[in-house]
Amino acid sequence: MRLELVKRPQRSMLFSALSPFIAFVLTIIAGAIMFALLGVNPLTAFRIYFIEPISQVWQLHELAIKAAPLILIAVGLSVCYKANIWNIGAEGQFILGGIVGSIIPVLFPQFEGLLVLPLTLLLGMVGGAAYAAIPALLKTRFNTNEILTSLMLVYVAQLFLDWLVRGPWRDPQGHGFPQTIQFNDSAILPELLPESGRANWGFVFALIAAILIWILMSRMLKGFEVRVLGSSPRAGRFAGFGLNRMVFFAFLLSGALAGLAGISEVSGAIGQLQPVISPGYGFTAIIVAFLGRLNPLGIVAAGLVLALTYLGGEAVQSALGISDKVARVFQGMLLFFVLGCDTLIHYRIRLTGFSAPKLEAGPKLEEAR
Amino acid sequence: MDITVNILLTIATAATPLLIAAIGELVVERSGVLNLGVEGMMIMGAVGGFGAGYLTGSPWIGLLAAVTMGAVFSLLFAVMTLSLATNQVATGLSLTLLGLGLSGMMGTNFVGQPGERLPNLDIPGLTAIPVVGRLLFGQDPIFYISIALTAAVMWFLFKTRTGLTLRSIGDSHASAHALGIHVIRYRYLSVIFGGACAGLAGGHLSLVYTPQWVENMTAGRGWIALALVVFASWRPWRVLAGAYIFGAIWVGQLHVQAINLQDFVDAPWLLYKLIAFLKSFPSQLLSSLPYLATVVVLVLISRNKRLTMMNTPASLGQPFVPDR
Repeated sequence: MRLELVKRPQRSMLFSALSPFIAFVLTIIAGAIMFALLGVNPLTAFRIYFIEPISQVWQLHELAIKAAPLILIAVGLSVCYKANIWNIGAEGQFILGGIVGSIIPVLFPQFEGLLVLPLTLLLGMVGGAAYAAIPALLKTRFNTNEILTSLMLVYVAQLFLDWLVRGPWRDPQGHGFPQTIQFNDSAILPELLPESGRANWGFVFALIAAILIWILMSRMLKGFEVRVLGSSPRAGRFAGFGLNRMVFFAFLLSGALAGLAGISEVSGAIGQLQPVISPGYGFTAIIVAFLGRLNPLGIVAAGLVLALTYLGGEAVQSALGISDKVARVFQGMLLFFVLGCDTLIHYRIRLTGFSAPKLEAGPKLEEAR
Repeated sequence: MDITVNILLTIATAATPLLIAAIGELVVERSGVLNLGVEGMMIMGAVGGFGAGYLTGSPWIGLLAAVTMGAVFSLLFAVMTLSLATNQVATGLSLTLLGLGLSGMMGTNFVGQPGERLPNLDIPGLTAIPVVGRLLFGQDPIFYISIALTAAVMWFLFKTRTGLTLRSIGDSHASAHALGIHVIRYRYLSVIFGGACAGLAGGHLSLVYTPQWVENMTAGRGWIALALVVFASWRPWRVLAGAYIFGAIWVGQLHVQAINLQDFVDAPWLLYKLIAFLKSFPSQLLSSLPYLATVVVLVLISRNKRLTMMNTPASLGQPFVPDR
């Protein structure tokens, strides 16, 4: 038996809408098998994984905290991927956003007032964008593969942060712990509804970013340019769109958003710099971008789903003693199934037996053999 | 002299996993497929190899398990990109993400357990020869496999008809298909070969390099292997050279971090100064050297646009759906 793809005359709207849901169902089935193999009743595991972490109001706040960076990073990445530019170093840009944004609260803690927070956030965006500019510059100037350079810079960023919080930026009163001083109140990103939970303004930033990028991509010339250059660089060149400018635009935009996510996480959820400030948000956001069909509004929904996989991972770890790596496995499977289901948008899948007569097969080709 | 031999040996040990993973990926890319999942297949090989070795007590079964694990895991990528024509970049990335998660979960019970190590070659008489004896006849078995593999791939790609066919598929899958070549079948076999190599490279890490299981123990080596293929302009012998250069950088920075400057007071003045200079940097900067070197090397090699275009397999990364 063998798989055969038959091209559809046009993309299927039905599967375009359905494929994330099919992928989700397939992930649940595969997850059930996995839990059964681990010796846990799948129903119990799913209740703990997907339902319990969002059954109370304060838990919804935690969901928003996890979803905010994922959505912020993923909407930026969606522009890159639409343009066929592969920034996979958002994790590094996130970290650099956190570091550069922390300059004022860490080095000038006596600086207080209304200006501090906007400046902090702005510096975070600058940091992320500047770090993303490196692979963009290398790609446009030296024709270097941006996938590999942006990824290598993630490791460099992680080590740089590690050095900062253990070395020059370490809190002298921190009992030797590798961390900076606590941000003062004017550098802290405020909570949205302090009575009911911890969620901060980062989630609002994420929603605003998603709406703005949606407008950019669907209503503005720049968005059209992104799509043209992504699907046919040659056509884009004839239209007078510069590929190099687009590389910079996509990298700076996604870097700035990843940087904003980084500094929002540091000044909102954490309150200081630590050796590790991200549980892999920059990589998970790649999954969010694809699960959301590279559509900013879809990404908001996908971000919430992936945030739930983080919370669920923590929940099954404490309740069932299963490694919280289970979250990563869920995320990886989800992306696999989404990519697989996307094939249905452009192709019809036909199963053919080896012995089945090839009625439609071009006779010319058979003879040529 | 003994120090020099020891350093050369550690360089070879650090270079071997890079070499094997990169040689496998080279064949995959020569067939026109870009598999960014090397890191994921490698870590699966590492956990599979360690696990099988630990549970059975035989590092040789571990070695076999590592290869199998990498090959089976790569099959997932092959089905997606070749049968379902998914985007190769995205699928490769998801293979890496899934591998890192899955290996972490599978290895939960292996953390901190003592592993099995593959024994070094020991030929009576030959291994005892001063200097060259240990270098040529006293290394781990995977080192010899890596060298043989490089030679075999070189011969296969450039001296056999099948190799020529494989390269032609990588340069133009449409023409190859028109000539009646089974593009998809060739690519399946290439991807699985690449997966087996990545698995073997991972097995080297957990059965020879550091015989234990540590989460994320590949530490970006899979990505460096990908960069090596670009650096080598898709030529096996250049992969060999590149792997040893990177092995030297990897080991060099570890040595500089570990050694005590006082031990080198009697060393030649220049060497002493060099070590003192390197030791004046924070350890994190030294640790980031392999990654920074990768970026620098990629920039140097891809600067010449025309040359890169000439060397890159022309249908690299493009999905192929046979029309009938």
